[in-house]
Amino acid sequence: MLSRTADNLYWLARYVERAEYLARILEATQRLTAMPLAYVGETNEWESAVATAGCAAAFFAVHSEANEETVTDFLAFSTENPSSIRNCFEVARANARAVRTALTVEMWEAINTAWLELKRFGNQPASREEFARFLRWVQESSLRFDGSAYRTMLRNDAYWFSRVGVYMERADNTARILDVKYHLLLPAHEHVGGPLDYYQWAGILRSVSALTAYHWVYRESLKPWLIADLLILNEQMPRSLASCYENLVQNLDRIAGNYGRQGPAQRQARSVRARLQNSRMDEIFQTGLHEFISAFVEDNNRLGSALTQQYLA
Amino acid sequence: MRLAFDEMKGTDGLARPAYAELAKWLGEVRPDVLDYRRKEAELLFRRIGITFAVYGEADAQERLIPFDVIPRILSSSEWDTLSRGLEQRVKAINAYLRDIYGRREILKAGIVPEDLVFQNPVFRPEMNGQKVPHDIYVHIAGIDVVRVDADTFYVLEDNARTPSGVSYMLENREIMMRLFPELFSRHRVAPVENYPDELLATLKSLAPDSAPGDPNVVLLTPGVYNSAYYEHSFLADKLGIDLVEGRDLFVKAGIVYMRTTQGARRVDVIYRRVDDDFLDPLTFRPDSALGVAGLMSAYQAGNVTLSNAVGTGIADDKAIYSYMPDILKFYLGEEPILKNVPTWRCREPEHLTYVLEHIEELVVKEVHGSGGYGMLIGPMADKAQIAAFRTKLKLDPKGFIAQPTLALSTCPTCVEVGVAPRHVDLRPFVLSGRDRIRIVPGGLTRVAMKQGSLVVNSSQGGGTKDTWVLDT
Repeated sequence: MLSRTADNLYWLARYVERAEYLARILEATQRLTAMPLAYVGETNEWESAVATAGCAAAFFAVHSEANEETVTDFLAFSTENPSSIRNCFEVARANARAVRTALTVEMWEAINTAWLELKRFGNQPASREEFARFLRWVQESSLRFDGSAYRTMLRNDAYWFSRVGVYMERADNTARILDVKYHLLLPAHEHVGGPLDYYQWAGILRSVSALTAYHWVYRESLKPWLIADLLILNEQMPRSLASCYENLVQNLDRIAGNYGRQGPAQRQARSVRARLQNSRMDEIFQTGLHEFISAFVEDNNRLGSALTQQYLA
Repeated sequence: MRLAFDEMKGTDGLARPAYAELAKWLGEVRPDVLDYRRKEAELLFRRIGITFAVYGEADAQERLIPFDVIPRILSSSEWDTLSRGLEQRVKAINAYLRDIYGRREILKAGIVPEDLVFQNPVFRPEMNGQKVPHDIYVHIAGIDVVRVDADTFYVLEDNARTPSGVSYMLENREIMMRLFPELFSRHRVAPVENYPDELLATLKSLAPDSAPGDPNVVLLTPGVYNSAYYEHSFLADKLGIDLVEGRDLFVKAGIVYMRTTQGARRVDVIYRRVDDDFLDPLTFRPDSALGVAGLMSAYQAGNVTLSNAVGTGIADDKAIYSYMPDILKFYLGEEPILKNVPTWRCREPEHLTYVLEHIEELVVKEVHGSGGYGMLIGPMADKAQIAAFRTKLKLDPKGFIAQPTLALSTCPTCVEVGVAPRHVDLRPFVLSGRDRIRIVPGGLTRVAMKQGSLVVNSSQGGGTKDTWVLDT
């Protein structure tokens, strides 16, 4: 397979996944900000949303204040933000167009239809209701694309590279949300936080579509260390770091098996997975949640470069 | 100007045999059904992404070519004549190219003037004395044919470089079969869907002798911004070959390789949709980012086949066109089955005299112009324009040719006011492999959607139709 094709498939999957994640962040933020101040406290959730999306620097280069208007525009529609939802779909579709031969008809139609519909949404949502519909639509488009990939692609390197893209992006996103919100999850918060934090925690879980899952797994009211456990170590939770790395290892191993050769990418993925498997939440808190997350983000970036060197360039 | 020949109604207004069933169907079908189907077709084209780009129109970066849902029909005997004529013409083109870059017998015989070849920018001196794999230059040709009456087809233009449009031939058929299964069941339409297989067989047959048993064939595209990118990706997909860009390829020790996830892999045949000028920055335009440095050296070493060969433009150039009947006779010793449009070469004094006397009824074209620029349509021009062209002609007779204004045939077409006749042309595709010539029955019919217009060009609002060849 052409390296460029693998690269396009990888980024196509990443950008679709990113669009969905941005939509979830915006949805969760909208919910939080709609609540009376007594429930969530005096925080600027919009600023936090920009940080969680990983584009604070780019945002403040254009806007001086983070509020509903500036942030929804920047994260959803702005052409100046290379990672706005609009641009995610643009780039995803451009990648798809460059590798049409490697996509199934269903995948192409899913991404092309999303791209065509996006034009109809315009630049400025007429109302919060319309914006909410837009966010639902983004998530549905991503599901449709992911589902058509899962159901129609041949199980070969093209499929595995696109899966690797999905899980790299997921791991990156979950790590970022943890990085921005980690202070809310520190055990000390149970005492000082009180009810104020409850909705923040729910917001975090919503951003990774895990609120219901939490209750099924722990059968408890929201506890910050359990939320951290769910997002970091729980292999059943599709967006947890552990689950992402389980999938990365599997898909990278399939590529290596198919090509008959292991490389730095496989070794790096396996070592990160081993660290996640051998960690316990209380140890992580003891050595520092923030330090753990930062180290993970670095490891994840290292895997990204190894992938590029080994296959995509 | 004569009244145009209508392919359905002929000259007497009665449906010609090949169109009998269609005429009956057009009488039965409700106009809103046609309109509904037309919209459905457009939706399908848009969703599949069959678009083309018009350069310089930022707004309409991806446009649809209008698709007409009424098929154009050719009888099997009409097709038989056409395909024999096409095969003959492409054989002559290949013999001519072999000669031009080889012994140059045709120049020695004085049939084609030397200056038209050697001073022509599309002539490639790099190809002099250069052997190409299996001695075939044009592997994929698109021959533009127009019709003026029941029996006469003219070749309007040979496309021997990187002819496009075949994806429309294939997709138009797919969409017609989806929209009008009933109409197909009432006809016996020869299939075109085997074109990709024929093309792949042709390309594989042309691999250099040094290539392994199952050669690696790739399609080289200039990239997503090219107007025909859709077609490139479509064909690569149907052929099951990699769609590569220049940056995916590299040359090492005279061998072409592509960069894959498993390292370098040798490339044997390149179906290139990149013009000569951009193929190799070391040989041609140094500013080209679309090509592959060193590709020409690998080609000259005989380690890779380029389809089509480099330098084929010297066969389809406007200045050479008028010599094609003589070229054909020279190499094959046969009379051309398909005629050329009668052409006056203003470089010859007696032709110039005729053109100057009859300029009001002729189309005068600049030899190096294209896309309808630098052209005079006599019957539509005013006195001042004609006077201006007379002066130009006298100053630089070599730069011009002239042809009669043809009454192109018409076909029934869906337009705003209902079904009406519109002018059409036809581009069939001719594949020349090592083993044989293959022609899929059909081609791309282009239709001028505006009443009276003769311009079928897609960049100027022309549309396309499915082309049916009836099996007997």
